[in-house]
Parts: sequence; structure tokens; C-alpha cells
Amino acid sequence: MLHAYAQAFALVFDPYVLTVILCSALFGLFVGCIPGLTATMATALLVPITFFMPPVPAVAAIVTATAMAIFSGDIPGALLRIPGTPASAAYTDEAYAMTKKGQAEIALGAGLVFSAIGGLFGTAVMMTSAPALAEIALQFSDFEYFWMVVLGLAGAVFIGNSSVLKASISLLLGLLVACIGLDNPAGHPRFTFGNAELTGGVSLIPMMVGMFAVSEILRYMVHMEPPLKLATEHIGNVFKGMWRLLKKYPWPLVRGSVLGTIIGIQPGSGADMAAWMSYAMAKKFSKEPEKFGTGHVEGIVEAGAANNSALAGAWIPALVFGIPGDSITAIAIGVLYLKGMNPGPTLFINNPQNIYAIFLVFVLANLIMLPLGWLTIKLAKNVLRLSRDILMPTILLFCIVGSFAINNTVFGVALILVFGLLAFVLEENGFPVAPAILGVVLGQMMEENFIKSMIKSDGDPSLFFTRPIAMGLAISTFIILLWPVFGWAWRKLRTA
Amino acid sequence: MKLNDALLGLVFLALSIAVLVTIQGYPKIPGQSIGPGAFPGLIALLLGGCSLALIWRGWQERRAQPLVALGAWLASPRHLLNFCLTVVLLLFYVLASETIGFLICGTIILLVLFFSLRVKPSLAIVLALFVPLVIHLIFYKLLRVPLPWGVLPVLW
Repeated sequence: MLHAYAQAFALVFDPYVLTVILCSALFGLFVGCIPGLTATMATALLVPITFFMPPVPAVAAIVTATAMAIFSGDIPGALLRIPGTPASAAYTDEAYAMTKKGQAEIALGAGLVFSAIGGLFGTAVMMTSAPALAEIALQFSDFEYFWMVVLGLAGAVFIGNSSVLKASISLLLGLLVACIGLDNPAGHPRFTFGNAELTGGVSLIPMMVGMFAVSEILRYMVHMEPPLKLATEHIGNVFKGMWRLLKKYPWPLVRGSVLGTIIGIQPGSGADMAAWMSYAMAKKFSKEPEKFGTGHVEGIVEAGAANNSALAGAWIPALVFGIPGDSITAIAIGVLYLKGMNPGPTLFINNPQNIYAIFLVFVLANLIMLPLGWLTIKLAKNVLRLSRDILMPTILLFCIVGSFAINNTVFGVALILVFGLLAFVLEENGFPVAPAILGVVLGQMMEENFIKSMIKSDGDPSLFFTRPIAMGLAISTFIILLWPVFGWAWRKLRTA
Repeated sequence: MKLNDALLGLVFLALSIAVLVTIQGYPKIPGQSIGPGAFPGLIALLLGGCSLALIWRGWQERRAQPLVALGAWLASPRHLLNFCLTVVLLLFYVLASETIGFLICGTIILLVLFFSLRVKPSLAIVLALFVPLVIHLIFYKLLRVPLPWGVLPVLW
């Protein structure tokens, strides 16, 4: 293992990789800071560029950019009362109230420092648990994998969506998109309409650029909110008083980091939900809950740590099983496949140095977040003055080139238009988009394991349940599926 | 723009029926009970079920939920224009980029959108000329993506 870590060090501390990390860190900080540009969009925009890189820098770019974007989403939250990314929404009002009280530097400082600590905590959990989980995953057969995928998809649909029905439809649409093309166990061209471009299937990258970037641009084109207005021009030293906060709030920090990591691991729930839940938990366990909402830093400490630790947590099932924890890791899994680093337990055996390199990148990203985040906060008022009327068309042009670059045909550009419009219409009507992406990423794996399991069992479904781990996974799946029913019964009992 | 759930349910139901009809033509694998149509068929059945549930829910809420609720932006010509221009310009790129090239296409797209979003004209013109050049440099020179030159001669 030490040898592999030494190799991983050499892979990461290479001038090229370090430059990629630095550039993607600045890119992530910038994108997260601009309201309307999310961490997921940062990832989707980066993917066409990572397409041209070796595996380690490609993954490093994504890891760094998303960690930075999740933190820097706090900045417009505190200064404009608009969260830069959804993961900051939970405590935007709190941070803004602090800015109004003249404590912008404490709100932003807490966001920065505790994001970094939470991120490091999640990374530590990942470094210790992922290899151990991979050992278990080696025992998996098609039946277990089938249930793992179903469990992941069920999590995406049933956890944290206001309408389970709409989330299911979104997921099924994604699975249908995954069916397009020649790439199925029978090798028969499906739903290609005789189009040669479609026989290869719908390329993941243009689809994601469409659903996460073009749809955001379309939404900006029709947004009717008034122009942004900064609440303060003056931000003091953000690191001042952080040590005192750390000593005052050790438990919220630990709670936020642990809860965030667990929620991240849970398929289908990511940084946004981690932040909402730990903010609520901070209020519940606080000695001064009445101060929440009036500009009190405690909730920011806990939720700030939670959203960044969730980010690392989400990578655990992604690396070990190839099951994404949220839409960002869904995109990352797509990149891993493109780079020939197919996620799964064998990756830990055949190329452990690549996995360890990813761990190191996580550590590095959370460490350089401190100085670079400080710089971004210093420059924030200039960044926030950048006109989005100029940015959005520029990003559109970038989307066009990025989607063209994958296969060097304009078919990619047509795809971003189709999926951009689709995501726009779906979201306008209350359909979440993330389950669709998970469906596309997991569809092929699910079909393969389903077909193989069916052939192995010769049509006898009982084999899906007789192996012990498969049985355990099946039970977990049914618990998630029945969760809304339990919740409903519980509420009925309590009110009765 | 918010459509009634029943309306969207009908669209998805039609899609699932179309899938079910299409897979009838798929070949069977000899000696196996399942072929290429099995998985999409299963998904389409589930989608059909969900669509029916959605139609039923939309029908129940038909009083509270109008058939089509136009968003505020659809009533504002300026926002409607911004939206349509984005779609049309993407289509324009798909159809025209091979013939007239990336640089000219990019400049036109940026210029039109900047004007439509009311960016200061002098700034809009400078940026619309400059930004495509930078993007071209990054992707064509550094990443070696063969962006089309179109009517322009190959400059570098």
C-alpha cells in the first residue's frame, strides 16, 4: 500500500497535474460565486476539457472544481442573499443577516474554514472505508450488483424529492435514453431511427452539458428578478476569530461532518440535502436556538462542514461500486468510464495508485481552499459585478464547442439543444433532473446485470434473493421504497 | 410555463406506448427467453404505469391546476425573445457552422445575444469579436479540436 501511495504522490505532485488543480480551483471558485452557475454546471463545463487529459488530472480537475464551487456558493449568499449553488441555500438567510449586522467576515470565514475541515473529514472517511468496502464488493455477483444499482436509483427517487412520482418518471426517461444505440447485451440497434450518430448511443457529455448548463442559460434568459445588489463593500480579515469559533463549537463541527458524510454516501442525496439537514440539526441541539435566523454563526459552522463532507462521501459508492451519490458524481463516473478507469472494486486492486491519487487530490483541494478562498472573498465584489448578460452568452458558446469536441460533429450541439430544452421543461413542471442523469449513467450497468442474472437464474426470480448480501441489499431497497409509506403512517399515528 | 400533470402524463404515456410498439419488431435470441426488447419493455411498462398515475392526479386537481399556466416570462416579449433566440442560435450553429465556420458563427451568436440582453453596444461588438478568437485558440490550437474554418482561409 505504501508503494502505491508513493506512486500516487508522484502522480499528483507533477507540475502538469498541479497546474490543472490550480486552474480548476480558480474556475470552481468563480463559477460557485456567480449566482445561477451551480457546482454541477461547473463539472459539466469542465468535462469536455478533461476529455483531453490523462485520467488523474481529469479526475483531479473535477474534484477540485466541485469542492471549491460548493464553498464559494456561500459568498453571494452572504453578500447578495442569493446562494451561489443550491448547497448554500440552507444558511443563506443566516449569512445575509450576519452581513447586515456587519459580520460578513465571520460568516464567510466560518463558511471557508469549516468547509475545509468538513471536506477533510469526509476525505478521511473515504480513505479508510473505501478500500475496506472494495474488499466486500469483490464478493459481489450480478445479483448483488443488480440490487446495488436498484438501491442507488431508489435512493435517487425516494430521498429528498417533493414528488416521488415525478422523480420516478425522470429516472425512467433517463433509463430509456440509456437504451438508445447498439451497446446492449444483444448488440441490436435500438431506437436509432436509422441515424448513424445514434447507433453509438447518446453521448453522456453533450447530454450533461445540455441538462445542466444550457438549461441554466435558458432559465437565465427568462428570469425576471431585479439586478443584484451588494449588501456590503467592506469585508475584514476572514480568518480572525476562527480559532475561538472552533473551540466554542466543536460538536456542531463534528456532527455536521459526520452527518454530511453519511448523507453523501447515501445514493441520490448530495451536498444540498446535507446542508439543510445539518442546519436543522444545529438548531435542534443548540443551547441558543432562538438566535437562529438572526445572524448566528452556529448553523453556518455545522452546515458549512456538512455540505463539503457530503461531497467526499458521495465519492465512496461512486468509486467502490460505480453508483453515484449525486449528480456531480454521476458526471464523474461518466468521466472515469471515458478514461478507462471503470469504477468498481477491481480498480482498487489493479490500479490502487490511481485511487490513492484521487484521495490525495481531495486532501490537496481542501487545503488550497483556504488561501484561494481567502483570495476569492477579497475579490468577491469585483467578481459579483461581472455582468451575467455577458457571461451567459459566452458560456453558451463554450457549451457549443465543448459538445462538438467530443465526437467532432455538430450532432453533439443538436444534443445539447434537445436536452437543454427537455431539462428546462421538466424543471419548470417540477420534475427533478438528477434522477434522469443517474438513470442514463446506470442504465447500461443495470440492464447488463439484469440480463445476466436472468440468464443465470434461468427465469427463476428466487435467486435474486437467496445470496445473503443480495438479500440484505434487496431488503434495504424495499425499506427505501416503503419509506414514504412509513412516514405517512407515522404522521397519522402521531396526529391521531 | 406549467402544464397540467394530466397533459404531461399523456405525453409520457404516448412515449411508453411507442416504445412498446417499437420493441415488438426486435429479434429474439435463440434459446433465451429475453432479447434486446426485454429491458426497454420493462422500463416502458413502468413509465406507462407512472404516466397513468400522473394523469389521474392531474385530472383530480384539474380545478386547482389549469391546463396550461403560462409563466410571467411568456407574457414579456423581451424575455420570450431572449429564450427563442437562444434556441434559434443553437439551431443556426448546427445548420450553418460547417459552411461559414466557427469564428463567424460564434461572433454572430454572441452579437445577437448581447444585443438582445442589452449589453452596451461598443462592449458587445468588442467581446463578440474577441471571445470566439480566444475559444478558438484554446480548443483548436491547444486541444486540437477541428473547429470548422468555413469560408475563412485557414489562418493558423
